Parts: sequence; C-alpha cells; structure tokens
Amino acid sequence: MISIDHVTKRYGATTVVDDVSCRLPGGGVTSIIGPNGAGKSTLLSMMSRLLLPDAGRIEVAGLDVGTTAGQKLARTLSILRQENQLTIRLSVRDLVGFGRFPHNNGRPTPEDRDHIERSLDYLDLTDLGDRFVDELSGGQRQRAFIAMVLAQDTDYILLDEPLNNLDMRHSVDMMRLLRGLADDLGKTVVLVIHDVNFASCYSDEILAMREGALIHQGTPEQIMTPEVLHDIYDVDIQVEQIRGNRIGVYFA
Amino acid sequence: MPALLHRPQRSLQHHRANRPAALWLAGGAVLLLAVVSLFIGVSAVSPADLFSGDRDAWTTLLVSRVPRTVAVVLAGVALSIAGFIMQLMARNRFVEPSTVGTVESATAGILVATLFLPGAPIVVKMLIAAVFAMLGTSLFLTVLRRIPLRTTLLVPLVGIMLGGVIAAVTTFFAYRFDLLQTLNTWMIGDFSGLIRGRYELLWIVAVLAVVGYISADRFTVAGMGEEFTTNLGLSYRNTMNLGLVLVSLISAVVVVVVGAIPFLGLIIPNLVSLLIGDNVRRAVPWIAVVGAGFVLACDIIGRVIRFPFEVPVGVIVSVVGSALFITLLVRRNAGAQ
Repeated sequence: MISIDHVTKRYGATTVVDDVSCRLPGGGVTSIIGPNGAGKSTLLSMMSRLLLPDAGRIEVAGLDVGTTAGQKLARTLSILRQENQLTIRLSVRDLVGFGRFPHNNGRPTPEDRDHIERSLDYLDLTDLGDRFVDELSGGQRQRAFIAMVLAQDTDYILLDEPLNNLDMRHSVDMMRLLRGLADDLGKTVVLVIHDVNFASCYSDEILAMREGALIHQGTPEQIMTPEVLHDIYDVDIQVEQIRGNRIGVYFA
Repeated sequence: MPALLHRPQRSLQHHRANRPAALWLAGGAVLLLAVVSLFIGVSAVSPADLFSGDRDAWTTLLVSRVPRTVAVVLAGVALSIAGFIMQLMARNRFVEPSTVGTVESATAGILVATLFLPGAPIVVKMLIAAVFAMLGTSLFLTVLRRIPLRTTLLVPLVGIMLGGVIAAVTTFFAYRFDLLQTLNTWMIGDFSGLIRGRYELLWIVAVLAVVGYISADRFTVAGMGEEFTTNLGLSYRNTMNLGLVLVSLISAVVVVVVGAIPFLGLIIPNLVSLLIGDNVRRAVPWIAVVGAGFVLACDIIGRVIRFPFEVPVGVIVSVVGSALFITLLVRRNAGAQ
C-alpha cells in the first residue's frame, strides 16, 4: 500500500502539490490523470523520493520514503521518468543488468543473470540484448528501460508518462504490458498518463488532480462520467460504453 | 535527437572487442612499445650491452629509461581514466580535465604554492594544486547545473571558457612575478626530466586509477543521471564527490610531475567507447591499455623525430590527438546521416 499524508510541494510562491492525502491499495494498476500543470509528475516524484515534499509524509509498503535508506527503498520501489536520454553507450543487457544494482552492488551473481535474462525475455528483447541502447527505436528503447525496472524486481513500479513518444501500437503494447505486470507478476503499478481513455481501459483505480489538489479518486466507472471529467478538465466530454469500456469522446 | 548520440551499428565489433583475448593482445603490444621505449635515447643502450653486463648501460637503464617509461605508462593510464570519469560526471563526451578548468586550476595552484611557499616540498605543492583543481572542477560542475539548456556542444564550451579565464589570471601573475618560464614547464607535458627520484609521486595516480576501477559501476550509474542514480539506491552526491577527488588528484599529480598532456582524456575514452561501449567495468581496462599505448607511442615519436633533440610529449599528443579526434567526429556524424 502507498499512503500519502498531507503532502505539499511549493516552488517559490507557487504551490504545485497542495495538501494531498490518499491511500493506494497494493496490487493493480493506478493511473494519475489531470490537465497540464496539475502536479501529477511532482506527486509521483515525491512518491519515489526523487523530490522531497515541503510538508507531509509518504509511505510505500510501510517504509517512510523520506527517511528509509536509498538501497532498501530501491529494492521496494522503482521509478521510470519520461526523459531517459543516455549519454553513455551501453548494451541493452548491461542496462537491464543495472536494475540488479540495489541487490548486488555491481557484483552480479548467477541469480542476477537469471533475473536479467527473464526480464529481457518478458519484454521480447533477448535478440536485442547485445545491441547498444542508442541503436534502438523509440519503442524498443522504452521496453529496454522497462526491462531494467523489471530486473530491479520491486513490488512497486512507478512510471511517469510511459506512453510519451510512442505511437498507437506501441502505446497499446505498453499498457498491456503494464497490465500484465500487475496481473501476472503481482506488481503494484502507478503511472502518470495523459490519455483518459487508456487510463479508463487499463486501470483499476484512477486519481484525478487539478491545480495541485487531488479532486477525485475512484474506479474507471466512477471517474469516467461527463460530470467528473468536466470537473477535472473543464471540457465537455461525452462518455460512451464501447465493448465494456468507458470511452470519453472529446474531439469535437 | 542530437546527431552525435546516434551512431552506426557496431554490434559485431562489440562482440569481438569484448573477448579477453583481444585485451591481452593489446596489452602485449603496449608492453612491446614499453620495451622499445627503454632503448631509445642519446646514450646508446642496447640489449646486447645489458647482456654483456655493461655497468653504464645498466645505470642508464635503471636511473633514466625505466623511470621514464614507467612515468609514461602511469600518466597515460591515469589521465585517460580521469577523462572518462569526467565525461561520465558531466554527462558529456567532449570534456576532460584540460577542457573544464581542472588542469588550469591545478596550474594556478602550483603558481600560488611557488609564490607563497617557495621552499615547500613537492608533495605540499601537489596537494595545493589538487585543492585548486577540486575548486575549479566544482565551479565548472556548479555552472553546468545552472545552465538550463545543456546541449552537447555548450558543455565543453563552458568548460573551455572557464579554463581560459583561470589560465589568463594565472599567466598574468606568472608574468608579474617573472615565472612565465616555470609556468611553461607545467603547461606542456614533458617526460625528459623524469629520472629516478623525480617520478615516484606518479605512483599515487596508479592507486587512484585502481580506486576508479573499483568504483567503476557507480560512475556508470551516475553517468545515467541523478534520478537514475537515486532510483538504483545510490547517493548521487557521494558518487560525484568521489569522482571530483579522483579527477582533481590525478590531474594535479600529473601537472606537477610531468606537465599538462591535453586531449588525452578526450580521445582515448571516445575511441574505446566506439569499440566496446561504456560499461565502465569493461571499458576501464581498455582505456588503461589504449591510453598507455598512445602516450608511449607519442613519447617515442617525440624522441626520434628530431633525434638527438626531443619534442615534448604534450605537443605530439596534441597534434596526433586532435587529428585523430577530428577523424572520429567526422566518422560519427557520417554514420548518423
């Protein structure tokens, strides 16, 4: 479980995250949605100790994110940001291998190699293992980073806009993959996502933020209504039921 | 995406270069160069003399040739590794201690030591140089953190400008106190004066290079950025501080004992990166071997090109190195188009 207690983050006079409190159950996929500048990524960064909150407290699996030792936390939660430009030249297998760092301090054991090969296999990257990351396409590169996070083998996986720069097909593949991490491997997946319909189709729980505040939390059925969506985005969005999924239509 | 980040496929080379056999072979070639280096010089020393037990030949070998060759190898290894660590720290392929102000700061440090503590032992001067090197490098990293748009070429430019300012101030004071000649001995690397009793400080950099190798993984992780490092449970700040100390100390020792050898830390890691990639644990042995070989070759060229006179190694490295580096850049860009 992730519990967030009265968390606030300010930059100068601007309050980016404003007194947010909530509980996320362990397991399943949770999406954080909201308009630009709502504080989604900032909240995710604080959940993953990349940013320190100005006030409040966050616990992941009972560990206080602010005070727990870095390495211990790195065995419990992993975070993947949207900007993953490598300036150095690493093979895919080496990159994935670094996911084992919190477990082995850079001295790989046979067990680590097992983890690495399984992660590569799970993401269909075995054949690309010896290629350099900078030789891959955008979709492949994103998969390589997910494989690294998978090799890190944490119960909690946090992702900041994992669909950024992916085309339709790769976006669908990515969401199916994240669903699989939750359903098949029992991971708790939390992601920041822009597309409400992806959030609706693939999440168990949706958090909606606006102007730094958490304004709604619920299942896709509860969130995907014209009233709630208008509340979040200030846009009239029609909601249709298509093959058991709620789809918001906001293009016209 | 910047063109420089996109490179042609070299996976086959990647495989080949990974084999330990290739590394041993390269190591053997460097050893051969080292042996050749032992027998070049104004007073003739030949293997035959040594076998016949010629005392003068043995003295020349032990007092002058061996120290020089050891110094060349140590400086080559350490400067190449320092360049690589600097590149990982700045997350930029085009920096090295002589393009970010580290070497210039170390030189300023020795000047200050020479002015205020003229009688101090060389170790003290070296430590003062190291402190200055650390301050200069931190200044560069701080400036870098505040630049919002860190494009590939802006980073080395900032470093070169910073180094230029520090060098200008140093030259001004050297001029005022009539120390320009002395300053030159630090600015241009030269192995000719390194006989027994004058090179031993360089063993410090051997130790530092080993420390760099042991903490290699940390630098690779840090090279992937602060958030990446935090995610893997490492302290970014501690890793950066360790790198800062290693790079500054190595630069200071080499400047004090040999003088500056520019470009070395730039060319060697880039060359190795093209061949086998940047996983530090695999790359560092290669960087060490190629770095030692390159400086040995340049030193040998410098000694034979105008025999019996010597061209300082810093000059040869600069000429050969910049030519090599331009070739490298052109080939990389060609591959991206």
